[in-house]
Amino acid sequence: MSLLDVNSLSIRYSGTAVVDELSFSVGRGECVGLVGESGSGKSQTALAILGLLPRQAQLGGSIRFDGTELVAATEEKLNRLRAKRIGIVFQDPMQALNPYLRIGRQLRQILLRHDPARDTDIDARVVGMLDRVGLPDAQRQFRAYPHQLSGGMRQRVMLASALIAEPDLLIADEPTTALDVTVQAQILELLEAIRDNTALLLITHDLGVVAGYCERMLVLEKGRLVDGGATTALFASPGHPHTRLLLDAAPRIDGADIPQPSTGPSILGIEAVGVSYAASGKERLRAVQDVSLSLRSGETVAVVGESGSGKTSLVRAVLGLLPMQSGRAVYAGAPLEGPVERRAKAHRRDLQLVFQDPVSALNPQMRAESLIAESLLVHEPALSSEARLARVVEVLEQVGLGEEYLGRYPHELSGGQAQRVAIARALVLGPKVLICDEAVAALDGSVREQVLALLRNIQKETGLSIIFIAHDLAVVRAISHRVLVMYLGRLVELADNAALFARPRHPYTRALIDAVPIPDPVVPRNKAPLRGEVPSLLHPPGGCVFHPRCEYAIDICATKLPVARDLEGTRVACHRADEVDFSR
Amino acid sequence: MSVLRYRAISVSGGILLTIAVFALVGPWISPHDYVTTDFDRQLVAPTMAGAQIFGTDDLGRDLFVRAMLGIRVTLLVAIVASLVSLFIGVAYGAVAGFVGGRVDAVMMRFVDTLYALPFIFFVILLMVAFERNFLLIFIAIGAVNWLDMARIVRGQTLSLREREFIDAARLTGVSTRRIIWRHIAPNLIGVVVVYVTLTIPQAILVESFLSFLGLGVQEPQTSLGALVDAGVNQMEGASWTLLIPAGLLALILMCFNFVGDGLRDFFDARHVS
Repeated sequence: MSLLDVNSLSIRYSGTAVVDELSFSVGRGECVGLVGESGSGKSQTALAILGLLPRQAQLGGSIRFDGTELVAATEEKLNRLRAKRIGIVFQDPMQALNPYLRIGRQLRQILLRHDPARDTDIDARVVGMLDRVGLPDAQRQFRAYPHQLSGGMRQRVMLASALIAEPDLLIADEPTTALDVTVQAQILELLEAIRDNTALLLITHDLGVVAGYCERMLVLEKGRLVDGGATTALFASPGHPHTRLLLDAAPRIDGADIPQPSTGPSILGIEAVGVSYAASGKERLRAVQDVSLSLRSGETVAVVGESGSGKTSLVRAVLGLLPMQSGRAVYAGAPLEGPVERRAKAHRRDLQLVFQDPVSALNPQMRAESLIAESLLVHEPALSSEARLARVVEVLEQVGLGEEYLGRYPHELSGGQAQRVAIARALVLGPKVLICDEAVAALDGSVREQVLALLRNIQKETGLSIIFIAHDLAVVRAISHRVLVMYLGRLVELADNAALFARPRHPYTRALIDAVPIPDPVVPRNKAPLRGEVPSLLHPPGGCVFHPRCEYAIDICATKLPVARDLEGTRVACHRADEVDFSR
Repeated sequence: MSVLRYRAISVSGGILLTIAVFALVGPWISPHDYVTTDFDRQLVAPTMAGAQIFGTDDLGRDLFVRAMLGIRVTLLVAIVASLVSLFIGVAYGAVAGFVGGRVDAVMMRFVDTLYALPFIFFVILLMVAFERNFLLIFIAIGAVNWLDMARIVRGQTLSLREREFIDAARLTGVSTRRIIWRHIAPNLIGVVVVYVTLTIPQAILVESFLSFLGLGVQEPQTSLGALVDAGVNQMEGASWTLLIPAGLLALILMCFNFVGDGLRDFFDARHVS
């Protein structure tokens, strides 16, 4: 008998099914991946197993856990099962941990609840668990509050709290989606290493994660189970067209189809730019230091790096949304100076930005038509209202939306549609440079593919230059001509797409590439390539900022900051770039 | 989605509307008026005879007509006072929040200072110093209520200013005035509307309180507060003179509170605010 048996489970909200006739099982010690796009019912299924669905959900079918029926079980019974026998890890550990309790106390509570007799050695057990999940200095962190830890450390604590009672089943709902790739690799590896004989139900949208860690996978589409089986078999020959679609949409970092380098003239120059913020006291937080880049016309440059690397600060300073402390930006021969309000109208028209989250980037009180038309009102006030409408419709069609979307409010659009409206707004003036700040990060695989294809087509038609900020190197591989890698606000490497992935010149680039999970169970998984986390920008390490995490660091790295230099067409800031081959 | 789908709004709103209509046409269809005294019919209990359904007061004036008149005055004071606080508060709060920095600090410290003034003394002084009239009551209540509104609007504006659609508008070159008008203001409506429906009952209470102290509207004009005050004196023996205006006052306050709560639900559901 399996550990968990779900039989024709259905979840309805006022008649609409979000999960429909779902049946699957998880055996003891097994790792099963549950994949699907947003809205496919993955999380609802997890909540149903835990008995955490909202009251208005109508539950049907059966969920048997180790022989016990969970559907319609009493709250008391579920409480006894949760945490003791079923652990859970959510996507956002900040939401799941109580901000007012020290983490040691939160973990103690779990143990006390389930093992009241063993309270003598309970603190030692908690510290031992924190130690096992790799919390440095667990003895001291026992007394820390959740906000004092980084995102990755919080997720480790979450994992500790889920596993401390030694449950039989662990449900992990997108446990690494909010984390940087390097930290994701650490957490996944940890998850595998310490779960012992605990069965794992891993809910994710990332097929790379499933390929690397799950023995079996289940594919959900709109609440229905459409495909399921051994991971290797399913990747080799998907049984259902939707699985095929998901697999095709997953970008591969080892993909062969990459854009050729562009040779256009330089259009936007970023010269030794520095950005800093006032921090507590007289200290300044240096978000960006001495970064230079020359963007060619018709070219896409990707900017990558972990969070805190200064990607967003760099482009916001170039656009005039943040003050630039040093260096300058030059657009088409003229300097870009001062805050955006004081810049020349032509410059504001030619440089446009697309934000990560379309929901917060679109005014909820305006319809798509006025959202897009607003910049036309500013820049072409002479346009008649018919001509303006025609332009709006034209650009809407360009992004693949029809006239029927003109009257929609943002909350009436799906994530992908909203992002298209945001792109349409940026494109309606015919800009020369488009800056995309994580513009596809929040989108589902298939929608992301469509948006990337759209950007590529527009670039081909209009010669648009794009700065593409991303943390997903697989996406970067598929869209960019050149890649700028940043770490702690500094340029680490700037190279052509092909050169960067084939022969990274900097150990950090190497590590970023290795951290990306490859959606193919046959390709052997890389060991988590980077230890530790990004240091604080307030107190960056001396010498090369990367040296504390670098496995190639030598004495000079700790004392002298490497100067960026050119090496066979690649710009790199590493003392050992010419003597060590990081490509392995 | 319609506002009327929220039962709290439709029921309470319906009651308020009915009361308002009665207050407007009631005195007009009644054979009595609010000033004529009739010493043959003092303190008559509610009766159908002579259409005096609320009875009469100690001077023999028809209580129904006087109650309707009181409602008119009470609603008028409350609504005008709320509008005064709405305009001052929204303009003040939006400017402080959007401009930010030192301007914001100075403007909000001024608000803090005003908060420190003892409001009731302030109003009583005004009433004593100047001739008592309607206008003064409006100004007094409005001048105090706008402080809360300004704080709420400023807080909301501060968080809106950080939203990315404001950056998007700045990038394309939308003017500051247009940003406030087109991007900030419409997103404040939810909060402001809810807050106004909650300040109206506050203003009603303040007005009633002033009238109860004898500082409000003057005879022969009246308000619900003044009627309650008069009713208290006749409480023994003629309880209707107290119960009817007090009941109407409570009903109106309750309805406004329900409408406010309902509107809050409505705007929350649309993810506005």
